[in-house]
Amino acid sequence: MALLLVLLIAILIVGSIYYFAVQWLPVLAAAQPAFSDKHFQLTLLLFGAVFAITHVVLAVVVWRNRDREPGAQPGSMRAEAFWAMAAAALFFGVNAVGTRLPHAPHPAEQVHSVRIEVTGVQFRWYFRYPGPDGNFGRTAAMLVDASEGNPLGIDRSDPAAQDDFLSPTLNVPVGRPVEITLRAHDVIHSLFLPNLRLKQDAVPGMNIPLRFTADRLGSYDIACAELCGLGHYAMNAKLRVLDSGEFSAWLTDGPH
Amino acid sequence: MLSLLRPSMDHKVIGRQYFVLGIIAALTGAFLSLLMRIHIVWPELELPLIGFVKPETYLGYMTIHATLMVFFVVVAVPQSGFGSLLAAKQVRATGSAFPFLNVAGLWLTVLSFAVLVSSFFVAGGASQAGWTQYPPLSALAQAAPGQALGMDLWLISILLFCVAIVLTALNTAFTILWNREMALGDMPLSAWAWVVNSVLVVPAFTILAAAGTMLFADRHLNTSFFLPAELVVNGEVIRNGAGSPLLWQHLFWFFGHPVVYIAILPAMGMVSQIITTFSSREIWSYRGMVVSTFAIGILGFAVWGHHMFTSGMHPMASFAFSSLTMAVAVPSSVKLVNWLATLWHGKIRLASPMLFALGFLSFFITGGLTGPILAQPSLDMYLHDTYFVVAHFHLIMAMAVLFAIFAATYYWFPQLSGGRLMNESLARLHFWLSFVGAYCTFMPMHFLGMAGHPRRYSQLLGSAEYLQRLAPMQMFITISAIVLMAAQAVFLLNLVNSWRSGKLANDNPWQAASPEWMPSHQVAASK
Repeated sequence: MALLLVLLIAILIVGSIYYFAVQWLPVLAAAQPAFSDKHFQLTLLLFGAVFAITHVVLAVVVWRNRDREPGAQPGSMRAEAFWAMAAAALFFGVNAVGTRLPHAPHPAEQVHSVRIEVTGVQFRWYFRYPGPDGNFGRTAAMLVDASEGNPLGIDRSDPAAQDDFLSPTLNVPVGRPVEITLRAHDVIHSLFLPNLRLKQDAVPGMNIPLRFTADRLGSYDIACAELCGLGHYAMNAKLRVLDSGEFSAWLTDGPH
Repeated sequence: MLSLLRPSMDHKVIGRQYFVLGIIAALTGAFLSLLMRIHIVWPELELPLIGFVKPETYLGYMTIHATLMVFFVVVAVPQSGFGSLLAAKQVRATGSAFPFLNVAGLWLTVLSFAVLVSSFFVAGGASQAGWTQYPPLSALAQAAPGQALGMDLWLISILLFCVAIVLTALNTAFTILWNREMALGDMPLSAWAWVVNSVLVVPAFTILAAAGTMLFADRHLNTSFFLPAELVVNGEVIRNGAGSPLLWQHLFWFFGHPVVYIAILPAMGMVSQIITTFSSREIWSYRGMVVSTFAIGILGFAVWGHHMFTSGMHPMASFAFSSLTMAVAVPSSVKLVNWLATLWHGKIRLASPMLFALGFLSFFITGGLTGPILAQPSLDMYLHDTYFVVAHFHLIMAMAVLFAIFAATYYWFPQLSGGRLMNESLARLHFWLSFVGAYCTFMPMHFLGMAGHPRRYSQLLGSAEYLQRLAPMQMFITISAIVLMAAQAVFLLNLVNSWRSGKLANDNPWQAASPEWMPSHQVAASK
């Protein structure tokens, strides 16, 4: 009876972890992210079961063996190898099932995609759009002057830079692939889009590519996930997923 | 206890001194975390003596909390403290191989501690870049208030610590290997852990010392190991040679991951001794335990990249590192199966050291299982740098090792105090309050992580909108943390009282089988 009760409690614990894990994740707004909610739940369920079973075994053994003669059984290589292999199978298996190796984007997808440059600066995110020409203009550190309205140091003498514009929010069209180039000026930041299940560090000196497709309209939070100084906690912005009409309208007359 | 201030070449005295330093560091670190927990939920509270805590002050508390707990508590106490106290006796050696290295190691560690704590009192305060000290934040004084003199003191403290722990580890390794009066295959598992661990300490802390020196050079000698060509900080253009911020992360984690195993291997060794004593039998498979100790130590140097899945490292490298990380599960489960099988076939006595050893097992399982979740790059893409990670390492590295330290303290108290025992009722009260307090503090952090709460946020006030609904959970964690810390007053009271006037122990109060419990005349006779 006691054993059954313990088992029931264990099942309740695992079940509630599994159930509540789904509740804790923010609304999903991305198509096929590398982080799969399903795989996360599977992992939690399997590992939750291991957690519960080992604790039940521990509790039962400690309770049962409080008053008995100790056995002299020596270890068995076979039993040890069996449990080690079982653990290896579980962990390697889960990892293999969950692995999403990146593939190069299809050329057609690249033509179709929206390009945005995201720059992290203590303690703000800047979103630069290339404008109608589709090309980003040059930037230079010596031109950076936030008080002059040029926080990214865009070189306005470059023809490609003429139509570049900055936005305080990350606006993207629904259903279209987005190609982000991630940069930082001062220290390392990390672009965290919880609803897209996406996180990527922005490292000074590197241009890091990042791709996603948002498939749910709405306004979502963006945070910084890498310690960047005293304002780290307050470094946030909004992601707005617009329908294609709204997005085109915003591109032509919104930001200017 | 005052006699502990006097330098001594005696390894037992050095062990006690490391232990007391560890307690002081743990109390300081715990106090800082209390201030942090209070600031997270009441950011506008004015504290007596301290006043308002600013976000940057919080980051200073956080950096020093982690540095104290990692270096001076979970690494130094099991390895240098209990290693100095017990290793020689466990292998029936009459003394240390290099007592001078041992005593030099201790006092350099004391100096390192003093330098670290002094950084709170300089202009700008203590370093605010976290114990991982990622450049450019750690390399530039312009990047945050504590990154000026406070950061230099942090680096000096860590360099001193690196030298100190290597000196003590050399002594521990040679004491066990040269001075032992028993066959290798008869050594207690804790002695195996100390010798393997000493061999890990040397490369790990040498790498950290080298990386720290490079960072110091970037700060003061115009080198650019970790700084890219151009930076704009606070509107100021800073030109450097073309270095790489990622190089620091590779070097740091090449030290930083092995250090997790450097903390837990001696803890595992000590827990193995305690579990066998209180199961009234030998360990189930001695050979399996020794081989898995080696395997964990070696694999520990091949998994550093799993801290860098979102850093901009190549995704194929991520896959390699995640597979290697999964391999650590194999020797870890050999250990777990061994402990469970020893209990299964044993007669269990639930004295306080055993309760804490079982607590270690529980935290080892709970914290260990979230490792293979975070080690999957696709899942880490979301969970990295959230509270899920904070929950993981506080359970596996902080709570598991801390419970092993408590188990060892109650168990080897006669060796620590010179023949006394701690009060058993207070010890049990300490266990249950700490066990429940620790789970209530750290389990909910998994849920914060799942909800996407990034770590190292000084407050919710002013942070992203989606985090605001998590305030009640943060409040629950703060209250649990206060309970957990209050429980340590029970331990402290018991420790001080028992050290002065605890019950006198006979030669072998727990009926243990290992040589450190044999009276010295029997050791001499058995040679």
